[in-house]
Amino acid sequence: MKFILKPLLMVAAMAMGINAVVTLPARATLELNVNKGNVEPMPIAIPDFQGGLGPQISEIVTADLKRSGLFAPIDKAAFVEKIANPDAQPRFDDWKVINAQALVTGSVSKEADGRIRAQYRLWDIFGNQQMAGEQFFANDANQRRVAHIIADAIYEKITGEKGYFDTRVVFVDESGAKNARKKRLAIMDQDGANVRYLSDGRAIVLTPRFSPNRQEITYMSYESGQPKVYLLQIETGQRELVGNFPGMTFAPRFSPDGQKVIMSLLRDDGNSNIFAMDLRSRSTTRLTDSTAIDTSPSYSPDGSQVVFTSDRGGGSGRSQIYVMGGDGSNPHRISFGDGVYSTPVWSPRGDLIAFTKQSGGEFQIGVMKTDGSGERILSSGFQQEGPTWAPNGRVLMFFRDSGGGPKLVSVDLTGRNEQPIPTANYASDPAWSPLLE
Amino acid sequence: MGRIAALTRNPAMIALVAALAITGCASKKTPNSAADLGLNGAGAATPGSAQDFTVNIGDRIFFDTDSSSIRADAQTTLGRQAQWLNQYRQYAIVIEGHADERGTREYNLALGARRAAATRDFLVSKGVAANRLKTISYGKERPVAVCDDISCWSQNRRAVTTLSGAGS
Repeated sequence: MKFILKPLLMVAAMAMGINAVVTLPARATLELNVNKGNVEPMPIAIPDFQGGLGPQISEIVTADLKRSGLFAPIDKAAFVEKIANPDAQPRFDDWKVINAQALVTGSVSKEADGRIRAQYRLWDIFGNQQMAGEQFFANDANQRRVAHIIADAIYEKITGEKGYFDTRVVFVDESGAKNARKKRLAIMDQDGANVRYLSDGRAIVLTPRFSPNRQEITYMSYESGQPKVYLLQIETGQRELVGNFPGMTFAPRFSPDGQKVIMSLLRDDGNSNIFAMDLRSRSTTRLTDSTAIDTSPSYSPDGSQVVFTSDRGGGSGRSQIYVMGGDGSNPHRISFGDGVYSTPVWSPRGDLIAFTKQSGGEFQIGVMKTDGSGERILSSGFQQEGPTWAPNGRVLMFFRDSGGGPKLVSVDLTGRNEQPIPTANYASDPAWSPLLE
Repeated sequence: MGRIAALTRNPAMIALVAALAITGCASKKTPNSAADLGLNGAGAATPGSAQDFTVNIGDRIFFDTDSSSIRADAQTTLGRQAQWLNQYRQYAIVIEGHADERGTREYNLALGARRAAATRDFLVSKGVAANRLKTISYGKERPVAVCDDISCWSQNRRAVTTLSGAGS
């Protein structure tokens, strides 16, 4: 019996030349509850996709799903049925034998106009049915993106949560001796592929962060001599100083609507306060006015609140995490654990705040609820810091220095699935993009 | 003032020599290595030169963990710096604030800035003209000592007074 992909919804002209044709999924019986405490990875079979480019694409899909920690791809050598026609119903019993709960079949072909066409079907083995089928068109340059989009679709169909594979990461590429480290802005796919440099390394650059529009980043650079916050258009390379302040500006982040940059400004007395600058009107709003270090501001997803680091509580500079209104009102401390807290980042889902904590001679990456309760440490190490959220709020990336230099690491919210992110050089300050469009 | 006498009399200077020696080992060639500064060779620095300032006066002070308070030993160094800077008024001055690696990047940028400002304010209180002084923070991005232990961290928590060239 042969299934025909039924185009029900044309997603119009997606960016980067990728079009999707989506079919109606069958009623889902196959599901993975990612909110349970202990998720057993789902055994999934992904035979090579058909067509010349097929195996490359299915390999990327497999790697994405495996690294999520939610799926356990089955060794291809164990497969009983050899998929000859990816559009035909598989022999479900052959896949039950090897305990595959899900099967992904697919093919990749070249269209007459030069685009590639990639299609996949997701089969629910124990439900004896197709769960989803879609096809995508892309130009050659977006081969890997097609694979990530398919992986995101499978992730979403099975978990009910948005995926995060079709995303990019900006970071600081580091090379050279520790006391003369060359730092360059760089961007790559979330799996470490397609690295591109965005600065030449002559000036120290730090803390790049994505705009919600995905097209620009804000970061800090020493290029003018004095460290300052800049904007950079990723595709055109156009750069722009943010504001015209007398002292150092640092720790920038975009507001959720992309209209503002929130950052720290150094005062003449050596303390640092938080300001927001409207990128259109160029007007600035002061949010804190304390004789303390106030830094690392991060907006809640609705923009109504800001979480930040401050040592205003006294002691000798014991930094803690505070939350205030988006207008600077009612600042109040939320971190009360035993240690020093910094780099708070609000989850894109709004439910959690990720942070770096120094305690007992270690650096820890953790999450807490937005009122400071429910603290959970996800990762500990000698030197690690700077979490950034995947757009679905289920995975964090940060950087760890185990001696020598920093490397990027991801960890999921269970803390059980830690994965190194491959980079050619040392790497720090990762910032995850929203899902691409 | 004899160079050796100054070295033995001043604990801060001894710390400086140690820091420089480690830097010299860690990198192939840096302009600040002990040999370049003439610590092992003959001949004193020309009075009023940048080398004179670095070697005989001491260009850096150190801080306690997560603190920007000017310690007693640092006050001695800064007092000497102020005297020298008031004598040789042709120099503009940039004070670099630095932090060790036991803090997060953004916080340490702020901490380095606070150390530089505290150092600047101390020099001003000793009569150095405020308009000659600028500050810059490098946070933990420019360690001078590159091992991963307490002795390194204490050398990296520093403010360095640099002579940014002859002014007017």
